[in-house]
Amino acid sequence: MFDWIQHLATWVVYDVLGLAQGSRWAGALDFFIYDTLKIILLLFIVTFLMGIVNAYFPIERIRLFLSGKKLFGAEYLMAATFGAVTPFCSCSSVPLFIGFVKGGIPLGVTFSFLITSPLVNEIAIAMFIGMFGWKSTVVYVGSGILLGTLGGMVLGRLKLEHLLSDWVQALLHAAQGEVGESASGPSFRERLPKISAEAFGIVKSVLIYVVVGIGIGALMHGFVPTDFFETYIHKNNPWAVPIAVLLGVPMYSNAAGVLPVVQVLVQKGVPMGTAIAFMMAVVGLSLPEATLLKKVMTFKLIGIFFGIVTFFIILSGYLFNALL
Amino acid sequence: MKTIKILGTGCPKCKTTIANAEEAVKQLGADAQIIKVEDIQEIMQYDILSTPALVIDEEVKVKGRVPTVEEIKNLLQLAEQV
Repeated sequence: MFDWIQHLATWVVYDVLGLAQGSRWAGALDFFIYDTLKIILLLFIVTFLMGIVNAYFPIERIRLFLSGKKLFGAEYLMAATFGAVTPFCSCSSVPLFIGFVKGGIPLGVTFSFLITSPLVNEIAIAMFIGMFGWKSTVVYVGSGILLGTLGGMVLGRLKLEHLLSDWVQALLHAAQGEVGESASGPSFRERLPKISAEAFGIVKSVLIYVVVGIGIGALMHGFVPTDFFETYIHKNNPWAVPIAVLLGVPMYSNAAGVLPVVQVLVQKGVPMGTAIAFMMAVVGLSLPEATLLKKVMTFKLIGIFFGIVTFFIILSGYLFNALL
Repeated sequence: MKTIKILGTGCPKCKTTIANAEEAVKQLGADAQIIKVEDIQEIMQYDILSTPALVIDEEVKVKGRVPTVEEIKNLLQLAEQV
């Protein structure tokens, strides 16, 4: 599927630039050109498809759907799935949280959405397909959704409503599921230019991270010996996953920046599950997010929220290692 | 005079929206005041689920994405006619 890009990259590096076969710089450059082109193409395709999905399932409709349902637990799975397909920047998480609570959606279901939303996003999906193939992408998306579902269920069981900020609790009591849906928008044909313009915008805004990330990755690819990390992070070291996750939680980077580095880690011998768990910890939980959430919940609730999500990320890391 | 409010907790997208709104007002020479709303409790009174949002005379016009300068100009001109 991507063979032609590889041919193009090889042609540029060895024929046009005339670099010697087997030199480290040539290898790094070949890798850089191939990866950058492939990822940009995939990024555009996936953000475009997500844009179409989003035009038909705006967040208001999802809220309406979730607030009207009692589905014996399936609502958690649905909230997590919606979280995976809707693109949101982390700064929208607070308005979303409040909007869901106001709409009468149970706290646990809201958490399911909130956990999966940053964990599985269109940029990470595009890069995953390009770097690790379809099978790994399916396992990644699946475990992200599973994580959100289980995390939300556990948080829902704990009855943590009293740990929300006072003004949010007041909203909670006032909530009667008063939600409306805005009138249906323009037709698909009219929307198409806007959707593609937005896809372009998203790709443009992450491009710099992608290029820098792949650049670092390419240098590591060319210069760090294979199995370098293997010596330090043994496949059989049972602590590798929790250590990687705990390192990742306070760090914050978007998926675009961290994934190229993860790819190289995997190529140099770090087990897939460990690398993915690290990535999820980096993009899913962060100090900036905790600061935002402070406006709607107490430190204790943020602690419980982060603790449970961390626990499930570690668990999914082991799962990944076992499956792939 | 028109009142334009930009709702958002200060993320890069919200800043772009403010810049676009300022540019639109400048290009039209419109008589409008731009107010930045960063307080989450105030933002939530507009019943939006995603930021940034653009509000003209207390009516939410755009939510969850960054409107272009052209789009804001159109919205302002439409609001003028009413």
